[in-house]
Amino acid sequence: MSELIQINPQGVTGKKYWRSLDAMEQNPEFTRWVEREFQENASEMLESGSRRNLLKLMAASFGLAGATACRRPVEPILPHAKGVETLIHGKPVHYATAVTTGGAATGLIVQCHDGRPTKVEGNPRHPYSLGATNAHAQATVLGLYDPDRAKQVHKGTSRTTWDEFYGWAMKAFSPEQAGDGSGIRVLAERSSSPSLEAVRGEFAKKFPGAQWVEYDSVSFDNARAGAEMAFGQALEAHYQFDKADVVVALDADFLGLDAVSVLPVKQFSKKRRVDTPESGMNRLYAAEANFTLTGAMADHRVRVRASEVGALAMALAKELNVSGGELKVLGNPGGKSEKFVSAVAKDLLAQRGRSVVVAGPRQPAAVHALVALINQALGNTGETVVYTRPVVSNPSDSLARVKQLADDLKSGKVKTVVVLGGNPVYTLPADLGFGEALTKAESVVALTADENETWQAAGWRLPEAHVFEAWGDGRALNGLASVQQPLIAPLYEGKSALEVAAALARGERVSGHDVVKSYWTSQWGGEAAKRWQKALYDGFVEGTEFPVAPAAAQAPAVLAKVQEGLKAAADGWEVVFYASASAWDGRYANNAWMQEAPDPMTKLVWDNAALISPASATELGVQDGDYLTIKVNGREVKAPAMVQPGHADKSVSLSLGYGRTACGRVCKDVGHSVEPLRTVAGFQIAAGADVKKGSGSYQLVTTQEHHSMENRPIVLEAALAEYREHPDHFKHMVHSPPRVSMYQGFDYSQGYQWGMAIDLTSCIGCNACVVACQSENNIPVVGKDQVRRGREMHWIRMDRYYTGSEEDPQVVTQPMACQQCENAPCESVCPVAATVHSAEGLNDMAYNRCVGTRYCANNCPYKVRRFNFLEYHKGIEESTKMVFNPDVTVRMRGVMEKCNYCVQRIQEKKIEAKAQGRRTLADGEVKSACEQACPAEAIAFGNINDPESRVSKLKKQQRDYELLEELNTRPRTTYLAKLRNPNPELA
Amino acid sequence: MSAIFSKKFDTNLRVIAGVVVVTLGLVGGVLGYLLHPNQLDTGYTPVQPVGFSHKLHAGNLGMDCRYCHTSVENAAFAAVPPTETCMNCHAQVKEKSPKLQLVRESYATGAPIQWVKVHRLPDYAYFNHQAHVTAGVSCVSCHGRIDQMVEVKQVSPLSMAWCLDCHRNPDAHLRPVEFVTKLDWKPEGDAAELGRQLREAKNINPPVNCSGCHR
Repeated sequence: MSELIQINPQGVTGKKYWRSLDAMEQNPEFTRWVEREFQENASEMLESGSRRNLLKLMAASFGLAGATACRRPVEPILPHAKGVETLIHGKPVHYATAVTTGGAATGLIVQCHDGRPTKVEGNPRHPYSLGATNAHAQATVLGLYDPDRAKQVHKGTSRTTWDEFYGWAMKAFSPEQAGDGSGIRVLAERSSSPSLEAVRGEFAKKFPGAQWVEYDSVSFDNARAGAEMAFGQALEAHYQFDKADVVVALDADFLGLDAVSVLPVKQFSKKRRVDTPESGMNRLYAAEANFTLTGAMADHRVRVRASEVGALAMALAKELNVSGGELKVLGNPGGKSEKFVSAVAKDLLAQRGRSVVVAGPRQPAAVHALVALINQALGNTGETVVYTRPVVSNPSDSLARVKQLADDLKSGKVKTVVVLGGNPVYTLPADLGFGEALTKAESVVALTADENETWQAAGWRLPEAHVFEAWGDGRALNGLASVQQPLIAPLYEGKSALEVAAALARGERVSGHDVVKSYWTSQWGGEAAKRWQKALYDGFVEGTEFPVAPAAAQAPAVLAKVQEGLKAAADGWEVVFYASASAWDGRYANNAWMQEAPDPMTKLVWDNAALISPASATELGVQDGDYLTIKVNGREVKAPAMVQPGHADKSVSLSLGYGRTACGRVCKDVGHSVEPLRTVAGFQIAAGADVKKGSGSYQLVTTQEHHSMENRPIVLEAALAEYREHPDHFKHMVHSPPRVSMYQGFDYSQGYQWGMAIDLTSCIGCNACVVACQSENNIPVVGKDQVRRGREMHWIRMDRYYTGSEEDPQVVTQPMACQQCENAPCESVCPVAATVHSAEGLNDMAYNRCVGTRYCANNCPYKVRRFNFLEYHKGIEESTKMVFNPDVTVRMRGVMEKCNYCVQRIQEKKIEAKAQGRRTLADGEVKSACEQACPAEAIAFGNINDPESRVSKLKKQQRDYELLEELNTRPRTTYLAKLRNPNPELA
Repeated sequence: MSAIFSKKFDTNLRVIAGVVVVTLGLVGGVLGYLLHPNQLDTGYTPVQPVGFSHKLHAGNLGMDCRYCHTSVENAAFAAVPPTETCMNCHAQVKEKSPKLQLVRESYATGAPIQWVKVHRLPDYAYFNHQAHVTAGVSCVSCHGRIDQMVEVKQVSPLSMAWCLDCHRNPDAHLRPVEFVTKLDWKPEGDAAELGRQLREAKNINPPVNCSGCHR
């Protein structure tokens, strides 16, 4: 008998995994943490206040509850007075639209319930989405209902109307008053909208002296400037990762935040899918300072400071003999990277025309030019790397242009400034002093999404319409145009940048719809109406892609320029600025879903931090949360330090978008602003920094140790070669006693049997599933303080494990939700049968039965159950309630919840199929929210009784394993072990 | 010294305890009976703002249920019709009737008529009309003879036990879908046998798991 209850007596073979430095060192505080089911104080209801107060409150609420329950509540039904065609109450409708990030549009399909957008999905037909989305796109819908949005037109601080504004504007923007417009400047966000471009043309014709500047704080200009250096024109590089067997990422997080769409992930994971042990697999090398998702996926990663990446690229170019002649090597990249460079070079040479070298947007133009040369020398250009003209205007010099704008403002040349979107006062390089400069202009007009810093600095303050409220258009990176179709009339008084720009250019008010429609239909002649309908339906305009541009660089000449442009890295500290995985450049700062989604690598929530390496932390004498003072070019900020294993030494990574001064209630007092350090010269990487331990410390909250698994065999991992040699390798990694159950099993041979397989080889850990799940299942946001107490509510926990040394660890990510055990430990302990088994193998959760004993969570070996400690949905604004999915219960306090495989989607599709007279559902008809969002296609959900389903096929692979199988819980979710493809030379 | 406890004490104690137990039992029983959905919810007949008679329209005039409840076959909700639907006829029929004043006002102003919901399920129960109607469950199974009601009255308890009765033994409530809105339809022969054949032909297996209705 003792054999049966002994858990995994032989222990684990293979690597040791750890989640945090504390866990690695088995720090006593950490041990105390993991031994508790819930964190200390997690079950205390009130911060202060005695038990007596609590009892009083309870007595009062019982009394009230009794009084209200006497009468049956009368519920009215309010039908429309006039019917709305196509509207069926309770049936969602879906519209194709597009959202623009960094000037590039991605196609989306948005679900609308009774007229309100509730869920965002990718557009399967759009080549830059292919049905998938990233976390930010998922969270866009919450932004629509943000109660802190800019709502009404203001002049200064007093309310006014659009009529007032237009009355003023029509005069101010008339040729009589503005002349040739030499006193007018427009500062807009990066856009690829063809309609806006046309409007811009009209504006330029009317005001030839005016200037229109486009700018984004998270800038991709350097890449295009590098192409300009190499090819004589600023081109957009398109890397075809689905054709590359070897990928080298130089400070490029192309799987994460350095991509404007999910396409790179889609393409990359296609080459990484292993169906049989014989399958091929690409190989990824990464050289980077911060630990990014790309570094986590890499088969080999070297940590180099961002300012040394140029030297590494140069060494690689020399090794590859790019010039055919002499090359000046910059500095010495050091022992480890020397070996790395020669191995990478060999691998690249072996895969000529089937490899990709890519540099990140932070790297200077010279590095991008050098990378273009490397790709050309490897025969990749035209094969795995193609170039087109960019979709944005003034593609490579936005920084110089905003500097010019600031100078013009300061010199008093500018009378009127119009800011169309964004938040330049906060995001522009601090040395421009833009907020100060704005006061020199006679009138400042700002159209902004929220009442941000720029709104505060403007005279005319205009509310911007949300992307789901306004007509517009945009081009994907390859030029393919999409029409941005609104899903709802503006909730407040918002108007789009396009509408305001068109009104100023034309001198009359126009609707966005008319501008966009007339732009497109005027080109289409007789077929216009039909093609317009098709463009709206498809979500893109066929045949608008740009042709591939011929790109050939004269190697010696370009190399000369590169050598001139590249400088050896200075000694001492460097500071590198990254877009935040949550707030991006601050535009998602007031989005609670994004704030609460733990950073994919640091697992930090509701904050940013100064990331430094363990060695640097020791040198500075700081621990997590201790303040650092960071000085660059005489500018100084204070930010809490956080130790990031695998980070480059003498380098600080800072994420943008925090510490906002004018902001809604979500991002109020959240994080530390690092924007004051950003200058025109040190916009991406600032060298020569002075970093010291500051005074005091700050509480950083991470989820990395929550729900820890205590050294049990949770993630299995091997090299591809090992797997090929021993396909049953993983079956021997865990040894468990024979699995005998005391209970009689269910009969699972009939009907649908739902199951899930998650391929750890593909998963990049990007959080898209976490936020998609939150959106689909009405999961509450709990806030920093509650997360600190271990009360986060996400149904999917994105686990991130380190393995190896703290200097150079590798990372495995693992999405973890309810495993839907067949022998579920939670079910047998529930005293009220609130969690019971369904005939289709689901572990059902009936919220209205749950009395909140939390026995189930206590008995769950996977720690995936979440308890509503407080009434998290209470007090949320009316507008935010509109984001709820009406097909899912909004849970109350005292109720347990967890993943249910999106059972509402299963039921919906089953009912639909039956109504159509079909007996069974096709494979892939029901998609769980996480599966649908996943850009890496790592999650497969379906009927495991159907041997032909995608999930069944994955589960048949030898890599398939059950988590903690020795417990005999028989989970329906299984994992496919992680494979890497290391280079034997570097092993 | 007299005894603290009299001789009768034990007996009294037993009697008192017995009375308490019986009283509590009775009170519980009566409350349980009165608060059961059979008593509490069935028979609910709220006064509607417009005296719309289903007996007249669906019964005497023989209008099909789906003329007004258009989405019953396509969506979870059967849908209360827009005022426009009333006006399709009442623009010409009884166009001056004072009883229809509210309807005409609603149509003119666009303000909805505030009907009172009769059949009310808790928010955590996700009932779906489409699933039932397309499977061949008639309106009459839950709503009763609406075509004989002047004022709509709830005739079924709509309790979970009541739902499950049918979900466990659906045969008697199944009919060919073309007769779903024919409330007086009677099968020729054995209803249960016909139901069984229909169930097998259409692969009908009503869920009896929590997630069938609660999500």
